[in-house]
Amino acid sequence: MTPLHAPTPSQTIGPFYGNALPFADGGEIAPRAHPDAITLHGYVYDGAAEPVPDALVEIWQPAPDGSRAGAHGSLRRDPATGRAAGRDGVTFTGFGRVPTDADGHWAVRTLPPGGVPYLSVALFARGLLHHLYTRAYLRDEPADRLLASLDAGRRATLLALPEPPRAYRFDMRLQGEGETVFLGFS
Amino acid sequence: MTPLPLPDGLTQQEMDAELAKAEEAARAPAAPTAPYHPPIAYPPYRSTHHRTPHAPLVAVRDPEAVELTGPVFGGTDVTALDHDLTRQHAGEPIGERITVTGRVLDRRGRPVRGQLVELWQANSAGRYAHRLDQHLAPLDPNFTGFGRCLTDDDGTYSFTTVRPGAYPWRNHINAWRPAHLHFSFFGTAFTQRLVTQMYFPGDPLLPHDPVLHSVTDEAARARLVAAYDHGLSVPEWSLGYRWDVVLDGPSATLTEEDHAR
Repeated sequence: MTPLHAPTPSQTIGPFYGNALPFADGGEIAPRAHPDAITLHGYVYDGAAEPVPDALVEIWQPAPDGSRAGAHGSLRRDPATGRAAGRDGVTFTGFGRVPTDADGHWAVRTLPPGGVPYLSVALFARGLLHHLYTRAYLRDEPADRLLASLDAGRRATLLALPEPPRAYRFDMRLQGEGETVFLGFS
Repeated sequence: MTPLPLPDGLTQQEMDAELAKAEEAARAPAAPTAPYHPPIAYPPYRSTHHRTPHAPLVAVRDPEAVELTGPVFGGTDVTALDHDLTRQHAGEPIGERITVTGRVLDRRGRPVRGQLVELWQANSAGRYAHRLDQHLAPLDPNFTGFGRCLTDDDGTYSFTTVRPGAYPWRNHINAWRPAHLHFSFFGTAFTQRLVTQMYFPGDPLLPHDPVLHSVTDEAARARLVAAYDHGLSVPEWSLGYRWDVVLDGPSATLTEEDHAR
């Protein structure tokens, strides 16, 4: 067995990623005008219950058919000008990235994931030396291993609140009362 | 237990003492092992105070977890010039031209191929092209400070840019960040996602920076400092730095290998 290489440590994303990481159509994961599209949105709050205006939210999820292969084209560039070209409006890449606005709000439009009830979320911000992982569950599923391992109060932080007809609200609280369940993978 | 916030208005000397204290505590026999990453809460970096969870992370050990796979990127996502931050405007940016290259590996030492690497940074005067950066250093009309590329079959990435300047921040009195490049990496799994910062060897600010010292293990901290590599310097053109990166975290391919053993 090969000895494991020591990993490169994480550092904070800092406050000034805004001219670099967000990209055109970052939150438009669903193909354009797709009839099954849903909106997932929410606010990010800190431990003083203040909105976090400089967080970056990344989403990763399976396609509606359950495929986890992803696809190129989340952040297409125009080869002639080098400028952001936006998504092609057809391909489902499974990846989205949006910054929070001045109110700490973010939103993505996507398709419901196939095979699992959740979307994976990575949250980056100034003050976070390592990003945080969580999951936005679109429904409560008693058989889900993670949900089943949590008490009701903690479980509720992972359940996106349906806003009929086609939206879900998923707030994230970094610290303190109602603190979102954050995940570790090892 | 939540560490107490540090008081306002610490001097650099007092901050240096806090960095030493935190490092000492991390070396204590009772400390958690393998401090590859910064702790969740690290009081010397004061922005952590209201932003880090109090509850421990909930461990997910599910071979079916979606996070064991991850997004993919390709030729449509990057243009050929995106890796050269000195050629994004009509004129050339002011500053010391550098090239930074290295390999992106997983923990088994295998190259991460065809994946997205993103770089962003302050200009050579220490100012970001970001409206909220109010540091009284000049903006450079020929420098945005953002590049990206895909790793090749060997896991290698490469950027041409200018060396960023140090800049002040308000963590404590007379606080300055050492020169650094921000990097974002993707592996084969979402669990391997890495956002970090690369530092320059010999920078006199390195011993005084709470962000770098949030990595309390000295050997781990050293992995954030690039090596000057004269072989990478291009005659009459640029100075070369090498910085290899190892992504942490499980992935579907690592798990398959474990099962095969």
